[in-house]
Amino acid sequence: MTRAISGEELAAGLEQRIPGSIIGTSKESILVNNQSLLSLAAHLKTEPGLEFDFLSSITAVDYYDYFEVIYQLTSLEHNHSIVLKVRCHDRENPAIPSLVGLWRGAELQEQEIFDLMGIRFEGHPNMKRIVLWEGFQGHPQRRDFLSW
Amino acid sequence: MVMKTEPLVLNIGPAHPSTHGVFRMRATLDGEVIIDVEPIFGYLHRGIEKLAEERTYQQFIPLTDRLDYVSAMGNNMAYCMAVEKLAAIPVPERAEYIRVIMAELQRIASHLIAVGSFLNDCGAFMTPILYMVREREKIVDLFEMVSGQRLTYNYMRFGGLSQDVPDEFLPALRKFIDQMPRYLDEYDQLLKENEILLARTKGVGILSKETAINCSMTGPMLRGSGVPWDLRKADPYSVYSRFEFDIPCGARGDSYDRYRVRVEEMRQSVRIIRQAMEQLPVGPVRSKTPVMLIRPPAGEVYSHVESPKGELGFYLVSDGSIAPYRCHIRGPSFINLTALREMIVGWKVADAIVIFGSIDIVMGEVDR
Amino acid sequence: MDLVPTRRFVYSDADLDQHEGEVIEALKARSQQPIPDQDQWLSEKAPEAGILLTSVDKVIDWARSNALWSVVCFPACCAFEFISTAASRFDISRFGMEIIRASPRQADLMITAGTLTWKMAPNVRRIYDQMAEPKYVIAMGACGISGGIFQSSYGVVPGYSRIVPVDVYVPGCPPRPEALLYGIRMLQDKISKAKVFRK
Ligand code: SF4
Repeated sequence: MTRAISGEELAAGLEQRIPGSIIGTSKESILVNNQSLLSLAAHLKTEPGLEFDFLSSITAVDYYDYFEVIYQLTSLEHNHSIVLKVRCHDRENPAIPSLVGLWRGAELQEQEIFDLMGIRFEGHPNMKRIVLWEGFQGHPQRRDFLSW
Repeated sequence: MVMKTEPLVLNIGPAHPSTHGVFRMRATLDGEVIIDVEPIFGYLHRGIEKLAEERTYQQFIPLTDRLDYVSAMGNNMAYCMAVEKLAAIPVPERAEYIRVIMAELQRIASHLIAVGSFLNDCGAFMTPILYMVREREKIVDLFEMVSGQRLTYNYMRFGGLSQDVPDEFLPALRKFIDQMPRYLDEYDQLLKENEILLARTKGVGILSKETAINCSMTGPMLRGSGVPWDLRKADPYSVYSRFEFDIPCGARGDSYDRYRVRVEEMRQSVRIIRQAMEQLPVGPVRSKTPVMLIRPPAGEVYSHVESPKGELGFYLVSDGSIAPYRCHIRGPSFINLTALREMIVGWKVADAIVIFGSIDIVMGEVDR
Repeated sequence: MDLVPTRRFVYSDADLDQHEGEVIEALKARSQQPIPDQDQWLSEKAPEAGILLTSVDKVIDWARSNALWSVVCFPACCAFEFISTAASRFDISRFGMEIIRASPRQADLMITAGTLTWKMAPNVRRIYDQMAEPKYVIAMGACGISGGIFQSSYGVVPGYSRIVPVDVYVPGCPPRPEALLYGIRMLQDKISKAKVFRK
């Protein structure tokens, strides 16, 4: 059984290593500061005992006030998982650091989020529309996009 | 001497017989060797995730059929499990067993198509597909018995199934399960040591273990590279922990290994179905909770299953209303294409088609 | 000997994508109304023709309707029902059309098995344009007829008749292979009524 590491448990240790990186925690997730996302993710990936080597899925949710990007991390070696969350309050020009350097699996998913949700991932090698065509107006996955 | 050659851009797809639907690659060739490839998606982007927000939870079940349309039962199951987790709906024992039987039958059907079209791409045009469809039709008949449909079943509901299996289903299933290993042996006889197949696939399109993990590959792709990661064992859902089965793994991660993993998985599925039939309890197939217009409590859930292509995940956010606030689908075929460039670059065009066939994608799930 | 290919293209990838987007938008603007079905002539009374012309008509129609070669157009789920129809059990070759051509120039029937999106629409139109006359289209499945279950989506064309003229509609989601075979039979009937020298 994959063990879901509790956010609070993990956050205590992380806060010491990278101060100011954690904004909030819940039972199964940690909410991370935008600026320290990269360093925190690198830490999660390499720290012995954690070794989250597998990025299952990335999602973005539009909550009107802010966008939330959700990373599902798993460790194939230790068989445990954690959920990372990042928030982005700028609606006009949302941007978040890209994790492609750490997990290549993020590449297509981040591109898809850029296309459908309009969040720019900084540092992504190929940030352009992927499923819709160039010239499509709007980002359909946003809540205020009306499909018809 | 440094020889400069002029590269050429070759567009493969979107209407191409071996791109499994409407996939498109923009390949840059040097002579016949591919030096760069860029996958282009979106020719089947139907906006399923957006449509989910306009429908009630239950109305979305038929749309999940059309995600990975070769394994509709598996998708039904994954989505229902996600909603059950969100709304804490119990599932009766018998329903769980029938779900497992359906999911494994569907895995066989999906792998049959995968292997068939892979061999098709290797150049044995149409013949393997005819064999594989022969067996698939038997499975489709079984599904038709329980749900009345041949491709899009819409069979599962929150808290169980839409109806119990009819009386004639179990004998028919037993008959099929007894036949299937024979067919698999027949394929092995024809293919396992086939000179041409070995020459075309051994060592072609190698995907190393590290790349596979780093690129979030799942399913037979990951196992073909030698990582024994199967959610049915690693994170057992439903009643999978009660069955005995192995996880077939490849050694080198080439196209041949991936093909072998699929064939072996079919054998394991037969094993699981046999055990499930023996243990199948009697009882209701649907819990008493009313599910027509459920309003799950506000919250979010990520639930994943091992679909034939890999890890199929549903991420649902509820705001307490009758429709999902957000529904994200982690399509395994989509993410398995991340490593396409690593696998294809350096090979000739004809090999690229074989490698692409060994990934086994379904466009409905790639573009959603 | 090193091979150092240089990439010097007239158009960059970005240009190509841009152009594709423009083509799609233009087609979308042009196809807001469905193309009317071209079958008024079925109910019209044909002008009298001599014995010779009638026999020639018969021969040509017989030849056309019994060797329909279909082009590959498999965007989505219905494709699997089409493959089932073509494969061992339902065996489409009984109707003289087991050959599914990848090249539109060798085909005269397009069975549109699946959902059409606006991004794919220019390609389908191009395939249709490349087919040699006389050419026929069977719209297979609810998606092919009206967009079906995906009609309200932002990316889906509501029916193939926006893009290409359709001869026979086969309903179902997906249609059973029997239904598709029935549709093919109907198309053959329709072809055999055509008067080649009508005008
Ligand atoms: S009609 Fe149904 S089965 Fe056919 S392509 Fe549309 S959704 Fe898929």
